[in-house]
Amino acid sequence: MSVNMTKGQAISLQKNDGGTLTAVRMGLGWQAAQRRGLFGSRTKEVDLDASAVLFADQQPVDVVFFRHLVSDDGSVRHTGDNLVGGVGQGGDDEAILVDLQRVPVHIDQIVFTVNSFTGQTFQEVQNAFCRLVDETNGQEMSRYTLDGGGQYTAQIMAKVHRTGSGWSMTALGTPANGRTFQDLMPSILPHL
Amino acid sequence: MTAELVRGQNHVLPQTRLEIRVSAGRPVVAGATLSDEHGKVRGADWVAHPASPGMPGLEVSKQAAADHRLAVDLGALPPGAERVSILLALPFADGAPAAGAGEDPARFGALAAPFVAVTGLDGSEIASYTITDLDAESAVVALELYRRQGAWKVRAVGQGYAGGLAAMLTDQGLSDGPSLATEILDAVARGMARSVAAPPQRTTEADRLRHSAQAAQPAAQEAHSAAAAPSANSARPAATFAPEGHVAQPPSPTSADDGTAPQPPATAPSPEAPAPLAPESQDDPHGQDGLPSQGAPRGQGDRHISHDQDRHDQDRHDQDRLGQPHHPDPQPDRPESQSAAPASTGGPVDYTHPARRAAAPPAAAAAPVAQPAQPGQPAQPVAGDATGWSMEERLYNQVWGMFEDLARTVAAFRSAVDFAESRMEQELDQVLTDPRSRISGQGDAARAAARAKQAKLVEQAREVLDRDLAQLAAEAEVVEPALPPSFASWDNPVWHAYRVPMEPPMALRLGDLRLPESAELRIPMLIRLPLERGLWIDSGRTASSATGSFADGDDLRRLAVDTAVAHAARLLAVYPPGDFAVHVIDPAGAAAGPLTPLRDAGVLAEPPAAGAAGVSEVLARLTRRVDLVQMAVRARATDSLPPDVDTAEQLLIVNDFPHGFDDRAVTQLRYLADEGPAVGVHLMMVADREDAAEYGPVLDPLWRSLLRLTPVPDDHLADPWVGHAWTYEPSLTPPGSQVLGDVLARVADARRAWGR
Repeated sequence: MSVNMTKGQAISLQKNDGGTLTAVRMGLGWQAAQRRGLFGSRTKEVDLDASAVLFADQQPVDVVFFRHLVSDDGSVRHTGDNLVGGVGQGGDDEAILVDLQRVPVHIDQIVFTVNSFTGQTFQEVQNAFCRLVDETNGQEMSRYTLDGGGQYTAQIMAKVHRTGSGWSMTALGTPANGRTFQDLMPSILPHL
Repeated sequence: MTAELVRGQNHVLPQTRLEIRVSAGRPVVAGATLSDEHGKVRGADWVAHPASPGMPGLEVSKQAAADHRLAVDLGALPPGAERVSILLALPFADGAPAAGAGEDPARFGALAAPFVAVTGLDGSEIASYTITDLDAESAVVALELYRRQGAWKVRAVGQGYAGGLAAMLTDQGLSDGPSLATEILDAVARGMARSVAAPPQRTTEADRLRHSAQAAQPAAQEAHSAAAAPSANSARPAATFAPEGHVAQPPSPTSADDGTAPQPPATAPSPEAPAPLAPESQDDPHGQDGLPSQGAPRGQGDRHISHDQDRHDQDRHDQDRLGQPHHPDPQPDRPESQSAAPASTGGPVDYTHPARRAAAPPAAAAAPVAQPAQPGQPAQPVAGDATGWSMEERLYNQVWGMFEDLARTVAAFRSAVDFAESRMEQELDQVLTDPRSRISGQGDAARAAARAKQAKLVEQAREVLDRDLAQLAAEAEVVEPALPPSFASWDNPVWHAYRVPMEPPMALRLGDLRLPESAELRIPMLIRLPLERGLWIDSGRTASSATGSFADGDDLRRLAVDTAVAHAARLLAVYPPGDFAVHVIDPAGAAAGPLTPLRDAGVLAEPPAAGAAGVSEVLARLTRRVDLVQMAVRARATDSLPPDVDTAEQLLIVNDFPHGFDDRAVTQLRYLADEGPAVGVHLMMVADREDAAEYGPVLDPLWRSLLRLTPVPDDHLADPWVGHAWTYEPSLTPPGSQVLGDVLARVADARRAWGR
């Protein structure tokens, strides 16, 4: 069951039973490009990338993406770059796992983004989605459908931030353009 | 994944149609008995044996064989059958002719440890068990499949019978056991004519290393007695060193650990013990780095610390023996007791923490798996709690996991502190540039606020760091005593019970690594074997030694050779006898003193080469070997090497480089450094780079290709994850210890015994 969030809506990651959320996973899935003709390797592969930027007091201090798969402190892990997508129907092709308990104390916000590395806009990508999952019970907390989303190559998806003793999540869903997370920095900063 | 059972352990069977595979070094008889809920075999028709191989739901083979496959369908057993016991027996146990020449065949002790596995019909292993510790027994109950509350389980039994099949069948409740046993053995003797040929016999030695390490439990008692012996035999006035800096006290003669040692809880096989299995403990694909396994357990470190200290009194004696003296013992005349350690008990390690004996219920120690964490409290660490096919691999992975965790947790701490500092700087700058702050006390208040903010963040970061360090320290405390010799420091009692291994280990401990944030927490530095690159023990001044007490260059050189000897001895000890040869080049004879242990034990391939002639002779020989082996490997003709080429791994220790080296010798040395490791020729340079300064930059690639180690603690090693500078400390024998000599003597004995 998924709690569909609307843009800008914030949910606390406190669980119903009073325990706090300890691990979240950002999943990104899309369908591989259609094979065309005899030379199947010359398809226009679609490569979407998931990234997580760690902020301390509005300054980026670390980032987890396909060239830096584990944050230095080990709390945020990328499961590995997928260049073509389409691992399974509805499955995640790329995932970023966040162990919230181990996030260093000075990190107060983690922003998740999706970029189209090969440059296709989300209009051209089939069955693309990104979602945030409570890793402890597999429950989906938010989900965005990316395809048909307009002439954008990136999306700032959501942020997870500290509130009081625990963590909350705010769905952002802001479209943007860029090849990697660096291009998105100007668009991210207003959301901090 | 396969569950490697230890004696007494059980495992749930996921299906009822199974195959039991047996392999032993020699033909054995495999049979099975059914018994009812009272454990009684209801009659001879409840026994499947070679003379009557089939019964509903069960079929055994008609003859003795070195390998068996028994088909079992637990759903088709006769009504009332609640338990299936899988039996193995040696043929000819009852006075019949011996199968092979030489050894008495009617003892399992004379064979390789039999191995049994429960597999699914597709051949996937569900559980396996190596039956160790058999001696005069000629029949053994290997496994038991039993029904408990509707579910079938398998239990590793390993109960041997010196009285043979007859005694075993009688014990199972059969009145006519002896006659049935005779019938079975007759049938086997008839079938022997068409029996499959046994595979080449392995010695019992061959099994000791791996299998006994895996089946740690049956061996636990041995290991305990071995470990307890030193302190029991010599109530030594040990002013030793407890990691927390306790003032050491002489142990009272009747110490708690000696009292509990003979009864390790694990040897009591409690059938209903909830003994989960190690391999299953880490199902998550990220291994021990998986987030869930890390996230939840690390709760409140301070609680853990107090627990540690409660335990400490009872712990102290164990720490005297097992804990690492982190600094050289100030008492050089500390009597070492390893001479008292009985060499005859096997080398296996007891994987239970000695201090946990009294505290933990027996079931908890039965298998190396972390108990699920209580909410809000960190999980109790257990040795071997990582992925891997064998205990050795699991421990290796666990140590590397600890290494990574420590690197990352310290990275988190450092980045938080750096951030706090830089934010404070910024805020202070702002206060300075703000004109309003000059007027009133506003500026002071702002400055104080900035400082308080920084202090608060640092304090929070420190709290998290302390929590993580406590968890890692607790883990290190259980892992360290559980390490096999090749991973263990020289002061680990496992070295006193050292026996020559039959297989090379997967990795070698070169020393300890630590970070300034956690000076007490040391991570064993394990590198894979065979060595991928040479070692360079730097006898030159290092950053830390220049300021430290090792101002004297000669002291450093001597220490460097000592370090080299310790590493070389460890390599010699962990390879099977004759599989590792050590050559020494000592052109000026400068290292004669420190090399004494190696020379006296007679483990060197030849006396240290001296002079320019010796240098070129050794280098020429090793160069030829590298060249020939390379050619043979390329041509896939390794069996046509000339007989004088030693195929064992070779280690060349070069002292005093470049003394005695001409240009040709230097070139040969570089050739060995580049080409040698791939074909088993390794280099260990004991050198000061400054001595070779006249060569200029041409030797830089040589130095870079070697792993630099130091004879004194020095922070020159970086981890692969975040690149902290780790302080490396070589693994040296404790001062006054005889362990090196004893171990080398055993290596030399084994070589002689093996004629190598």
